Amino acid sequence: MPKDEGIGASSKRREDLRFLTGKGKYTDDINLQGQAYAYFIRSDVAHGKINSIDTSAAEKMPGVEQIFTAKDFEGVGGVPCGWQVTDRHGEPMQEPKHPVLAEGKVRHVGDPIAVVVADSLAEARDAAEAVEIDITELEPVLNMKDALKDGATKVHDDLTSNLCYDWGFVEENRDAVDEAIKGAHHVTTLELKNNRLVANPMEPRVAVAEYDGSTDDYTLYTTSQNPHVIRLLMGAFVLGIPEHKLRVVAPDVGGGFGAKIYHYAEEAFCTFAAKQVGRPVKWTSSRSEAFMSDAHGRDHVTKIELAMDKDGKFLAIRTDTHANMGAYLSTFAPSIPTWLHGTLMAGNYTTPLIYVNVKAVFTNTVPVDAYRGAGRPEATFQLERVVDKAAREMGIDPIELRRRNFITEFPYATPVAVEYDTGDYHATMDKLLEMSDHAGFEKRAEESKKNGKLRGFGIAHYIEACGIAPSNLVGQLGARAGLYESATVRVNATGSISVMTGSHSHGQGHETSFAQVVADMIGVDEAQIDIVHGDTSKVPMGMGTYGSRSIAVGGSAMVRATEKIINKAKKIAAHLMEASEGDIELKDGAFTVAGTDKSVAWGDVTLAAYVPHNYPLEDIEPGLEETAFYDPANFTYPSGAYGCEVEVDPETGKVTVLGFSAADDFGNIINPMIVEGQVHGGLAQGIGQALVENCAYDENGQLLSGSYMDYTMPRADDLPMFKVDHSSITPCTHNPLGVKGCGEAGAIGSPPALVSAVVDALQRGGHTNVTHIDMPLTPDRVWAAMNS
Amino acid sequence: MYDFEITKPGSIADAAKALGGDDAQALGGGQTLIPTLKQRLASPTTLVSLAGLSEMVGICKDDDGRLCIGGATTHAAVAADGSYPGLSGLAAHIGDPAVRNRGTIGGSLANNDPSACYPAAALGSGATIVTNAREIAADDYFKGLFETALEEGEIITEVKFPVPEKSNYQKFVQPASRFALVGVFVAKYADGVRVAVTGASEEGVHRWTAAEEALNANFSADAIAGLDAPSGDGMINDLHGSGEYRAHLVKVMTGRAVAAAA
Repeated sequence: MPKDEGIGASSKRREDLRFLTGKGKYTDDINLQGQAYAYFIRSDVAHGKINSIDTSAAEKMPGVEQIFTAKDFEGVGGVPCGWQVTDRHGEPMQEPKHPVLAEGKVRHVGDPIAVVVADSLAEARDAAEAVEIDITELEPVLNMKDALKDGATKVHDDLTSNLCYDWGFVEENRDAVDEAIKGAHHVTTLELKNNRLVANPMEPRVAVAEYDGSTDDYTLYTTSQNPHVIRLLMGAFVLGIPEHKLRVVAPDVGGGFGAKIYHYAEEAFCTFAAKQVGRPVKWTSSRSEAFMSDAHGRDHVTKIELAMDKDGKFLAIRTDTHANMGAYLSTFAPSIPTWLHGTLMAGNYTTPLIYVNVKAVFTNTVPVDAYRGAGRPEATFQLERVVDKAAREMGIDPIELRRRNFITEFPYATPVAVEYDTGDYHATMDKLLEMSDHAGFEKRAEESKKNGKLRGFGIAHYIEACGIAPSNLVGQLGARAGLYESATVRVNATGSISVMTGSHSHGQGHETSFAQVVADMIGVDEAQIDIVHGDTSKVPMGMGTYGSRSIAVGGSAMVRATEKIINKAKKIAAHLMEASEGDIELKDGAFTVAGTDKSVAWGDVTLAAYVPHNYPLEDIEPGLEETAFYDPANFTYPSGAYGCEVEVDPETGKVTVLGFSAADDFGNIINPMIVEGQVHGGLAQGIGQALVENCAYDENGQLLSGSYMDYTMPRADDLPMFKVDHSSITPCTHNPLGVKGCGEAGAIGSPPALVSAVVDALQRGGHTNVTHIDMPLTPDRVWAAMNS
Repeated sequence: MYDFEITKPGSIADAAKALGGDDAQALGGGQTLIPTLKQRLASPTTLVSLAGLSEMVGICKDDDGRLCIGGATTHAAVAADGSYPGLSGLAAHIGDPAVRNRGTIGGSLANNDPSACYPAAALGSGATIVTNAREIAADDYFKGLFETALEEGEIITEVKFPVPEKSNYQKFVQPASRFALVGVFVAKYADGVRVAVTGASEEGVHRWTAAEEALNANFSADAIAGLDAPSGDGMINDLHGSGEYRAHLVKVMTGRAVAAAA
């Protein structure tokens, strides 16, 4: 292996050649012989009773193969939910049926009612216009607090109310927290909203399915972050197809950000319809459909209280959150405001008592599920914002207040059921202050003032929990899935290696960074290694990629499989060199006998494994292929300190982000360049949430931000040049690489830093009544806050 | 989109004839119409492309010193011209390069989107809209949201802009579309100042006469600072800003346009 390869090298992303030259193979690039096209007819009202659907005229239209409605799905399962939350009283959550096509009622704008399958998309659309659907509009349920009032209109008539669950965590702490808050020297209270977002991956969702009647085999090509999960959920719970008869392929996927984790009705539809019509069926989402059918993110309304003693030492935290589930439960929706949110509420601080209450509510909106960070940004945002407000109220510098409360001894068991293995929060804070030239801030603020602008600095510290595990624990918490990962390392006869990983790359660069790990372990060139993912017929059952888990969990599985390979290869090498196995060392791609000049090359050993003429057949099998499944002992806990510097135009309220610095502790780093890219992307999305992105509904439940004319994506000129550092390293103690994960950090730590920076700017400008502004901090909102 | 025919006439006369057909629709640069067709929100039988009409492309000055811009001239060409700095500056910030290389001045004025930039320049300059049938003063041309004085089938062949002593356009962008949340065009002529506002009003582009009067007396940002902002009543109130906020921005952007006028 060359010196500039392996763990710690900034190897260039090998996948970028095909991505940047238009050679990527995405799901929409897959066209099967004789395929038909599906066009979904979706509800244009938020809530309504379906009186009738008349397809008779449409069925006679040119090119129409078949038109499907709910009646075609009798006996077919609904779209399942993968996580059952138990409420504060020990009762399971309310779980409504989620039919593939609407049965009797429509529950959000975009809810699919009928599907036309035709020879061409244009013919399908033409026929769709001839389908007559009679709907009586019902009062839409939109405001979460109103939805919980007695007598409120129900989204699901067969449930007792719009409450999915009322979750308390840790329930046993409830009274003690109340007491601590009652007796505290000072309590800072903050009410805030975490705005609803649309994930907006560059590639919209696509599904192409085919059925082979001669073998009873189904194949689904789909834009997924986790093809095995789709195979399990769709095969077992929706369509009743055994796994050996169902292959799911997620080829190149153009971004996921969470929205491509879930099993969607469109995938099940295409798979079902392919058999019904006897030809492959393809569906490609339009961007407009993506806005109203991809799971949304966030949408929490929260009140948080932070109790302190006279020195600013945190005594207790109490939070009350309403979390929007939308109209149905998306695959992992119930877990986001609970186990991925409540467990993070300690943040980086030693607060001894914490109580988190979450009421999950059904509304007539698109289902909400994990979006980059998933629960952790919501926890971090409220905690860091209340700490910032508390600093102001207590007259303590916000950096100092944080330092006074930092956890410094590890492992640290929080009062919200998790144990941090490592971290050094003072180190990342120190690094941040250096990177952001915090010492020079006051001078810069003076310059801004001279130019009629208000400059502010905001800081946020975050803790993340990645690689959610172990499986037996998450099972107790309600997960209906395991959260291990798998890898098969297949060494070929001439020494090249194919690694089949259960992780899935949809932009993260696994093909490069995973190869670096195996190359480093064996000592061969990275070019000798290919990473294979995204096809249930090729890779062992894996759980896919989300929650910054790939290197921590998938990477660990790959390390374990590679260790098995090395152990076996050493046995072969020992045989070839007539040495004792215990004396064999692997270095730079060659096996040597310790203390001698005897050596065999990697390729000699691999060839012997497949051409076993001189081979210890009595002891070991031929071949060199190993599989490992890795189930982590704990989460990993990346952390970091983020600083944002802004300038506000007091005449217009426009916020300009002048600088953003991120000092992260991701544990050990495999590829610094890829890590930096991941942080950049996360920061762009976090700043996007804080500054511009907003998924809004009007009072009728119509999506106001249903296109890029009204939904603002952050653009390059909205963002500053980022300063990113990940030199503060406290390796994870419980996985073999000592890695923690970096995919979501940027999106978690940045929103509170930005909002605190704007509040700081306004405070400095004399707007001392402004203690918080709800995201996004668009010019009109900032101006309104200044003039309130 | 639905099926349609497309015709590419070689002259304005042929184009006018083609537009006389049932459900015929003029196609300029297509920056609004093509997305509308793709969403099936329009279903013309025939699109009459004006893009190939060379007699409608180009920029020149007439005997009165007016800048005459062919109706099919792209934003990029106007941006590059520079002989009317306020107008070229406005054109240079419409959309992105792809939009500016396809979109045309005639198309923009015919569409009269309430948040488009060009209507502010035309009204703020007291321009003359020349069609295949007549000449229309800008003050008589704009009739509200997407409404103009154009008759069915009438084609904007040219727009004549008197060139002011000083001018400037200030756009405060709607963050998603980057159309004008509020755009103000200020032009100072020997016979008076004109101030035109786009993006803000429910009635579309309009003149802010109180500001014009103040600037006629004293062409300075201070003159605007002393004014009350226009009323927020009748201003657009949406996801991106209240009527009150837009009204406030009208005043701020006017002041900035005056200060920057060159």
